[in-house]
Amino acid sequence: MSQLVLERLRARFGEKILQTSSFRGDDEAIVAPADWLEVATFLRDDPECAMNHFIDLTAVDYPEREPETPRFDLVLFVRSLVKKHRIRLKTRVREDQGVATLSQVWSGGDWTEREVYDMFGIKFDGHPDLRRILMYEEFKGYPLRKDYPINKTQPLVEYRDVGPSKLAPFGGDMGNPFGRIDWLQRLGGANRQVSPAIAVQQGQKKTLSSGTEEKN
Amino acid sequence: MGEVTAVLGGGQSGFATSKFDALLGWARKYSLFQYPFVTACCGMEHMATAGARYDIERFGAGAPRFSPRQSDLLWVVGTITQKQAPALKRIYEQMTDPKYVIAFGTCASCGGFYDNYTTVPGIDKVIPVDVFIPGCPPRPEAVLDALILLQEKIQNGDRDPVVSAPRPVSPLVQIGLKPTDNT
Amino acid sequence: MEPIEEYEDENSLELPAEPMRLNMGPSHPAMHGTIRMVLDLDGEIIRNVDVQPGYLHRGFEKSCERGTWSQVYPYADRLNYVSPMLNNVGFSLAVEKLLGIEVPERCQVYRVILGELSRITDHLTCNGAMAMELGAFTPFLWMIKVRDWIWDILEAETGARMTHSFGRIGGMAKPPRPQLKDDIRAILPQVERVLTESEALLIRNRIFIDRVANVGKLSQKDALSLGITGPMLRATGLEVDVRKDNPYSGYETYDFEIPVGHQGDTYDRFMVRLEEVRQSCRILQQAIDRLADDGPINVSDPRVILPEKEAVYHTIEATIAHFKIVMEGVKPPAGEVYSYTEGGNGELGFFIVSDGSGTPYRVRCRPPSFINLKAAEVFLRGEMIADIVPAFGSVNMIGGECDR
Repeated sequence: MSQLVLERLRARFGEKILQTSSFRGDDEAIVAPADWLEVATFLRDDPECAMNHFIDLTAVDYPEREPETPRFDLVLFVRSLVKKHRIRLKTRVREDQGVATLSQVWSGGDWTEREVYDMFGIKFDGHPDLRRILMYEEFKGYPLRKDYPINKTQPLVEYRDVGPSKLAPFGGDMGNPFGRIDWLQRLGGANRQVSPAIAVQQGQKKTLSSGTEEKN
Repeated sequence: MGEVTAVLGGGQSGFATSKFDALLGWARKYSLFQYPFVTACCGMEHMATAGARYDIERFGAGAPRFSPRQSDLLWVVGTITQKQAPALKRIYEQMTDPKYVIAFGTCASCGGFYDNYTTVPGIDKVIPVDVFIPGCPPRPEAVLDALILLQEKIQNGDRDPVVSAPRPVSPLVQIGLKPTDNT
Repeated sequence: MEPIEEYEDENSLELPAEPMRLNMGPSHPAMHGTIRMVLDLDGEIIRNVDVQPGYLHRGFEKSCERGTWSQVYPYADRLNYVSPMLNNVGFSLAVEKLLGIEVPERCQVYRVILGELSRITDHLTCNGAMAMELGAFTPFLWMIKVRDWIWDILEAETGARMTHSFGRIGGMAKPPRPQLKDDIRAILPQVERVLTESEALLIRNRIFIDRVANVGKLSQKDALSLGITGPMLRATGLEVDVRKDNPYSGYETYDFEIPVGHQGDTYDRFMVRLEEVRQSCRILQQAIDRLADDGPINVSDPRVILPEKEAVYHTIEATIAHFKIVMEGVKPPAGEVYSYTEGGNGELGFFIVSDGSGTPYRVRCRPPSFINLKAAEVFLRGEMIADIVPAFGSVNMIGGECDR
């Protein structure tokens, strides 16, 4: 990581660098989505920075930040071969906001952006071939978002009936409430689901598979 | 894609009904051509089983045929994801009868600890399975034990699914049998 | 064989031709797991290749968010499943960086030992499989034989042949056995012997050379822009290795070299991996001389490391500490950190985001195989179908790491 790069960025872009930080030896700069391509190109072309080695591009979802701050953090990691320094560049994107593609700056951006689109749903303007890469085309939804339940499958092949699968006393084994943090409950709203085991105990009719009902 | 067709060559419960069937069973069990449908970490143990120390070749099951038309034992090795499931079903349907399936590893048997949006919870939800091998990954000894179990089933013409578990020398361990004193 | 002059210009033949689309995979013997490649072919020459990974996407990143920090280890093991200790160590280092703690020296040496053993198995498997697919079955069997012996050592140490889940935040699960040094001293000559024997069979073999030399060339500029790291990048001639550039776990104190290639073709990648096995043996030799026979393995921080079982049974403080670590998880401070180590295929990074609780908020694995795989689209253009087999084998695409 490198303070030199941060200083060059601040010198060149001034106000457009919204925030810089250093934590545990990692240097980071945050820019607005509109400046994403310009800053990235500068990082690659500037002789002092010379970030020609692409490392990674990913995103993090903070749905609870909305609506003040955009929910997605798009993070870029690049490195310089000659100077051996690194930087982490970040921008904050909303759900329907597109951001410029970096695949023309570093070709490694191609697949990593496809993965971010596949997992989070962030669209990249100007990407040559933006389609799903890890999931299949028929999949609906974006799995790594916090509001996508982890165990919601969308099977391509219909499951066979494999005989006795009902375990007493609750019926089919639908398992425990998944995860230590129930994101759907935490985010509230109509998606609130209850584990069927608990629902039956509490005498509720609403289970995982039923739709939402309006309360009078 | 329609129903998976029933398998010929062997009844539901089984014992060889004639000497000819016994001969056929003997020939089949010692000349299994495998189709290694290898996806994940279990593939490393599959390689080790094919290696010199554990040597699956001495059981006659060592010859891999990479065409489903030419093989009769489908080794599903590793996790099957939802994306992969149609390919697996297609391969199974392209195999000719009699065909057997081994679910190698926990991910193939029940999805393993990948209980999420992307994993098929056990390949028996997609194709019928003859032997399940638990383990993450299973030791090559467990794999060979499962192969011997499968060979016994082929000899008897038995198609009920079984799980390869540590067991004393015979009897067969089957789902549904009541535990006896000596198991 | 060179083509006859007059047939070099295909237009002069006046045969109708249109590109054919051929599908390879996802279940294919040479696809090392599951990758689908859709090839646009002009006869035997590949005009365009569309590599489609994702057939082994098992939801590593989402699964990490539903447990504690320590429950990530089994998932992390199954990333690069041919060298699982390297993933374990990588993740441990990431969380320790976030916590701001450093493990004792004995643990660092132990991590280096287990990590280099895993690296040897990774490179042996890759080279063995690549040779096997070209028809050379014998070196594959020899390498698997040695790999089984290494796995025996790892099994005695960690309890499992593969997928050990042996790393812990702030240390390792158990201290090294006393017999570890003798075991490794016994195996190193065997590894060297297998390498020599396999080389004798392969690297002067006319058929092998014809199939791998000048096949799948990758230029340095392309490699850097794509984000390639690891043996693939070193084969192009650049000396880039995290162990030398940003040393961790005491790597700066070991004496070893980085093998580099010349032109980035499949032969170079094969040879770089072969040489790296030798360098790993060299590191192991130094590390086992350095491993202390006693001393702490784990950091002595009760918020991070489980207390001794005896203390848990007899004192209330240890019981409470144990309870908190197991039920709530280790609690690193809120923040994000990117920590990277040299995995079998290149820079294995973990970008972890913590919200201060015992559950990870986001664990991103920077997968060297996934990013290296894009190079296949670049260097397969213009090659023939039969070249896919060694060239793709030399990428060492490990499905668990590529698709996570």
